[in-house]
Amino acid sequence: MSNSQNNLRRKYDLLVVGGGNAALCAAISAKHERPNASVILLESSPKDVRGGNSRHTRNIRYIHPAKNSFLTGPYTEDECYQDLLGVTKGNTIEKMARLVIRESNNVGDWMMEQGVRFQPAMKGTLHLSRTNGFFLGGGKALINAYYATAEKLGVEILYEAEALDLEIENDTFKSCTVKMEGETFRIEANAVVLASGGYQANTEWLKNSWGPQAANFLVRGTPYDKGRMLKVMMDHGCKTLGDPTQGHMVAIDGRAPKFDGGICTRLDCVPFGVAVNKDCKRFYNEGEEIWPKRYAIWGRLVAGQPDQVAYIVIDSKAINLFMPSVFPPFEANTIEDLAGELGIDPAGLKATVDEFNAHCPSDTSKFNSGDKDGVATVEGLEPPKTNWARPIDTPPFYGYMLRPGITFSYLSLALNERMQVEKEDGGVFKNIFAAGEITSGNVLGQGYMAGFGMTIGTVFGRRAGKEAMNV
Amino acid sequence: MSSEVMKEAHRCTTICNACRYCEGFCAVFPVMEMRRKFTDPELKYFANLCHNCRGCYYACQYAPPHEFDLNYPEVMAKLRKETYQEFAWPGCVSKLFKNNGLYIFAMTTLAIFLFIAGTMLFKGPQALFTAVPGAEAFYKIIPYWLMCVIFMAVFFFSLYALYRGVKNMWRITESKPEELWKLSNHIQAMKDAFTLRYLEGNGDGCNYPDDKFSMIRRKFHHFTFYGFLGCMVATAIAFLYEHGFGIPSPFSIFSLPTFIGTVSGLALCYGTGGLLWLKSRMDHRPYDEQSVGMDMSFTTLLFLVSLSGLLLLLFRGTSAMGLLLCVHLGLVMGFFISMTSGKFVHIVYRYFALVRNAYEHREWD
Ligand SMILES: Cc1cc2nc3c(=O)[nH]c(=O)nc-3n(C[C@H](O)[C@H](O)[C@H](O)COP(=O)(O)OP(=O)(O)OC[C@H]3O[C@@H](n4cnc5c(N)ncnc54)[C@H](O)[C@@H]3O)c2cc1C
Ligand code: HEM
Ligand code: SF4
Ligand code: SF4
Repeated sequence: MSNSQNNLRRKYDLLVVGGGNAALCAAISAKHERPNASVILLESSPKDVRGGNSRHTRNIRYIHPAKNSFLTGPYTEDECYQDLLGVTKGNTIEKMARLVIRESNNVGDWMMEQGVRFQPAMKGTLHLSRTNGFFLGGGKALINAYYATAEKLGVEILYEAEALDLEIENDTFKSCTVKMEGETFRIEANAVVLASGGYQANTEWLKNSWGPQAANFLVRGTPYDKGRMLKVMMDHGCKTLGDPTQGHMVAIDGRAPKFDGGICTRLDCVPFGVAVNKDCKRFYNEGEEIWPKRYAIWGRLVAGQPDQVAYIVIDSKAINLFMPSVFPPFEANTIEDLAGELGIDPAGLKATVDEFNAHCPSDTSKFNSGDKDGVATVEGLEPPKTNWARPIDTPPFYGYMLRPGITFSYLSLALNERMQVEKEDGGVFKNIFAAGEITSGNVLGQGYMAGFGMTIGTVFGRRAGKEAMNV
Repeated sequence: MSSEVMKEAHRCTTICNACRYCEGFCAVFPVMEMRRKFTDPELKYFANLCHNCRGCYYACQYAPPHEFDLNYPEVMAKLRKETYQEFAWPGCVSKLFKNNGLYIFAMTTLAIFLFIAGTMLFKGPQALFTAVPGAEAFYKIIPYWLMCVIFMAVFFFSLYALYRGVKNMWRITESKPEELWKLSNHIQAMKDAFTLRYLEGNGDGCNYPDDKFSMIRRKFHHFTFYGFLGCMVATAIAFLYEHGFGIPSPFSIFSLPTFIGTVSGLALCYGTGGLLWLKSRMDHRPYDEQSVGMDMSFTTLLFLVSLSGLLLLLFRGTSAMGLLLCVHLGLVMGFFISMTSGKFVHIVYRYFALVRNAYEHREWD
């Protein structure tokens, strides 16, 4: 028996599986609800990289009646709900959506009491300055604050402890099989909160649901979200929500690491250039919408191209129009040389760029990088580019490689309003609660709303922790 | 040719500027975000603007063991030390930053030794251990003119050298010449320096000595800073008393210079003692290990100067006075010598980095 195991109790009041935002909110509120309850939290990652995807976040969306030192104005329940309907195209469960939104009211105040600190919206994200609170130092700072608070409240925390299996009898959770320091043992508890994220880091599972091309997806967040608890619950007959073959996917710098590349690998230059696949063919209107609104479709577009790769070409007129990239762009004085740098066919790229340039409007004086400007290619180009269509003609030319980066998977456990996990046959698991990404499908049937992943984790997490103290 | 440290600073800064999560912590990130590309001179300025508050280490999603291996406070500290060498005037001083701790220790010990040896030579060994009552007691041990000449010479030379260092810094970092002495820049920089605004980490302090937010480093630095200023003021008043009003030292405990000096000395002693204590407990990761000698020798020297000064005050009527005086003067001399070739320079370079920060913000708004 290892040391950490020796110190464990025979039975806990609450076991929390996961170590991200939702898990910590659950553990903290359980302690607030019953200060002398015994609560243990399992984080499968080492301490240095604790916090799952949550440590890569930067903001949370929540409703608030008035502006404060970091939010520039009020944000109401109805407005938030309308925003949600917009992004999900109505694909949400209204009672759950309303629950999240309503209980998010002023949740920033609670977060600050737990040590989280906020700052005004970051430069370049001012469109979120009224609706989203930005964490000072980002998600890792938030996670650090929550861990410190949880420790102070007496939550036992095990790192590098992976929940392998759940023992469930008569729809009731009994114990959890845990692997830690090379050993496997059981932890019994009166209730469990599953807050172990999505399955987006499980390449095998992704390949099963997305096809073999999933092997080329980059995972933007933690390598530890492998969906193990999701699978275990599915084996026990839970009800699931959300399309198993879908996830939130964006186009990111192709040189990003396989895992944990986080925010800095994003590329915001697509609207200002031409995007081609490895055969040097354009495949989609680059100027359809302002970037924040189209950010999330490009992942899937690139995933649909041969070898799941695309290239974006811009010229020196555009190089300063977007947030700086983490890797320097490829650079050359001719399109052919740039193609050489990118490893694609020089003649092919030249032909595509020339064709594009020939279809650019003669008058581009209305060009406006900040908003849709109607500077569109003329008749005959397929696909067209309907905004920001300036010719790519001013060297040096710059190029980036794009790959699909998956943020999270949509497949979720269905919940009731007490955050209990529902069964396929209509029943519920009495003492099995869930929160966070593993439950996001209750609210986000499709699409994504910036900052709402943290809202779901915070509200559901708090609620799950509290309800789990009252089973 | 850029140094290895400079290359690493470029690599890290490029990542930070694409990420920007740490922009709320300090002055460095906001000026970083004004730019897309970075030049060596700009990064040298950033390094001196960085206060080593460590907020961006503990909050960094790319900190080791992540493959980006990002440790911004460490690379800034390393680069800062390189700039101390590069800005130094006269040029030969720059080598002294290499084994700085040893050098400061050697010079200070030498100074103490010379004072003791000199006293023994000219006044006889008994002078060291005899209580000398009354006015001008100090100068019975060491002649007044000699003290004046030596200290003034070293002090003014050091001031001039620091001035040249600042000129070097301004040129090497390619800061705007016309902004160097603009009053509005200095008003802002003074505010930032006197409050040590960038160790406030936006309200809860900095991550020192460990990952918790705390004002303790700022507090001890304030004691050090104001204690040091107080000691300077006390010395200046004492000089005025002697030369303006012809009152010979040592002064009574209740006289202005002695009173200010005592209070300030206590503050300096407490502040530097506190900083040393924190340093002994600090997390070494967001820090440049090669700077230990430089940092410790400076803080220790200030601590010993203030401590010996206070002891001198306490025991000036006793037979320990002679020896104490020699030790105190030796330490002060060591401190003066190290003004141009030790951590002391952080005061001027950080101050002038704040001056540039002030004008960059004005231009940006
Ligand atoms: C780059 C990036 C940026 C993002 N930015 C934002 C943003 O700004 N705002 C926003 O709202 N959302 C953002 N999101 C989405 C957000 O990260 C998620 O919605 C949210 O973090 C989910 O929280 P969670 O606690 O459910 O999951 P996670 O934070 O992923 O936590 C899951 C935890 O469970 C652990 N775990 C998994 N399996 C096991 C097991 N079997 N046993 C033990 N532990 C296990 C993991 O190690 C991990 O600690 C971003 C996502 C990414 C990738
Ligand atoms: C312009 C005004 C000043 C600024 C902006 C400033 C800033 C800082 C900062 C940010 C640190 C911590 C980081 C580091 O060690 O490099 C520091 C350390 C220190 N400063 Fe200052 N300082 C100023 C003036 C002074 C003065 C006047 C003194 C006293 C002579 C002083 C003495 C010290 C000491 C003793 C340390 C501790 C070194 C250590 O812990 O390693 N500083 N200063
Ligand atoms: S230190 Fe890390 S988290 Fe902070 S801005 Fe730089 S890369 Fe981002
Ligand atoms: S250590 Fe502190 S002052 Fe230095 S760059 Fe990081 S956050 Fe800024």
